[in-house]
Amino acid sequence: MNTRREQLKSGIKDGIPICLGYFAVSFTFGIMAINYGLSPLQSIAISLTSLTSAGQFAGLGIITAGAPFAEMAIAQLVINLRYSLMSCSLSQKLDETTPFYHRLLIGYGITDEIFGVSVCKPGPLNPWYCYGLFLLAVPGWTLGTAAGAFLGQLLPERALSALGVALYGMFLAIIIPPAKKDRILAGVTVVSMVFSLLFFLIPALNGVSSGLRLIILTVLIAGAAAVLFPVPDTMEVSHE
Amino acid sequence: MNNRIYLYILVMAAVTYFIRVLPLTLIRQEIKTPFIRSFLYYVPYVTLSVMTFPAILSATKSIWSGAAALMVAAILAYKEKSLFQVSIAACMVVFVMEFFL
Repeated sequence: MNTRREQLKSGIKDGIPICLGYFAVSFTFGIMAINYGLSPLQSIAISLTSLTSAGQFAGLGIITAGAPFAEMAIAQLVINLRYSLMSCSLSQKLDETTPFYHRLLIGYGITDEIFGVSVCKPGPLNPWYCYGLFLLAVPGWTLGTAAGAFLGQLLPERALSALGVALYGMFLAIIIPPAKKDRILAGVTVVSMVFSLLFFLIPALNGVSSGLRLIILTVLIAGAAAVLFPVPDTMEVSHE
Repeated sequence: MNNRIYLYILVMAAVTYFIRVLPLTLIRQEIKTPFIRSFLYYVPYVTLSVMTFPAILSATKSIWSGAAALMVAAILAYKEKSLFQVSIAACMVVFVMEFFL
C-alpha cells in the first residue's frame, strides 16, 4: 500500500513537465480543431480518447475531408504503429504477475513522452507509477485542448499564427536529436522531407489527401530503410 | 455530419487504443523479426518529418515567418532543448517576425 502511494507520487512528480508541454501543444490542437470546423466538445473528446499528437493532427484533415472511415483507421494505424513497439517494450518491463486490468489501463496512456519516462525508470515498472504520470499528462492534454478550443477564438490572429507552429516545433525536437547521433536516421529524415515536398510540388500528386500521403510515404520510406539498414538486434529500439 | 464526426472519433480512439494495448496484453516476448523491428523503428521519424515539412511553411500568415520558425526550432532541437522550449521558441519567432512582415 505504501509502495503504491510512493509510486503514484513519484509518477505525479515526473508528470509535471509532461503536463506543461502537453498543455501548450494541445492548446494549438484545440485551436486547429475549431478552425477545421469541429465543436469544442468534439475536440476535447478526441484528446481524451486518443491522447496522441501526430494521430489527432492528421485525423483533423481526414475528418474534414469526409474521407472513408477505412482511411482514418489505416492512417491512425500507420501513424501510431510506433506505440505497439513501445507497448512491446513496456510489456518486458512489467512484472510477469501484473494483472490483466493493469495492462488494459496502462495501454491507454502509452505516448512518446510517457513511454520515454516509464521505460527509463530503473527496475520493474509499477503500474501505479504510470497512473501518476497519467494523472498529470491526461488533464494537461485534455484541458489544453479545451482552453485552445474555447479561448483560441479570443486570441488575436497574430497569436494564432504563432501558435500554429507549436506542434511542428515539438516534432522537430523529437526527430532531430536522434538524427544528430545517427547518420541513417538523418538520411531518413531528409529523404522523408524531400519526398513530402515533392508530393506538394508535383501537380499530379498534390491532390492526394494528407492522410493517404502520410501512409504512402511512411510505408515506402520506413520499409525501404528497414530493408537497406536493418536495426541491429542489440540496438535499443525506443523513442523519446 | 455531427454523428459522422463522432464516428470518426470512435474509429480514431479504437484503433489507437488497440495498437497500444494489444502488444502489452498479448505479446510477452521480444519482437525478433528484424524487418518488423526495423520498420517500426523508422516509422516515427518518417511520419514526423513528412508532417513537418513543408507544412510548417504554410502554417503561419507568411511563408517567411514559417521558415524562420523552422530554422530556429531546428537549431534548438539540435542543441537538444526540451520539446516545450523548442515549441515555444518557434511560436515566439513567428509572433515577433510578423510585427515586421
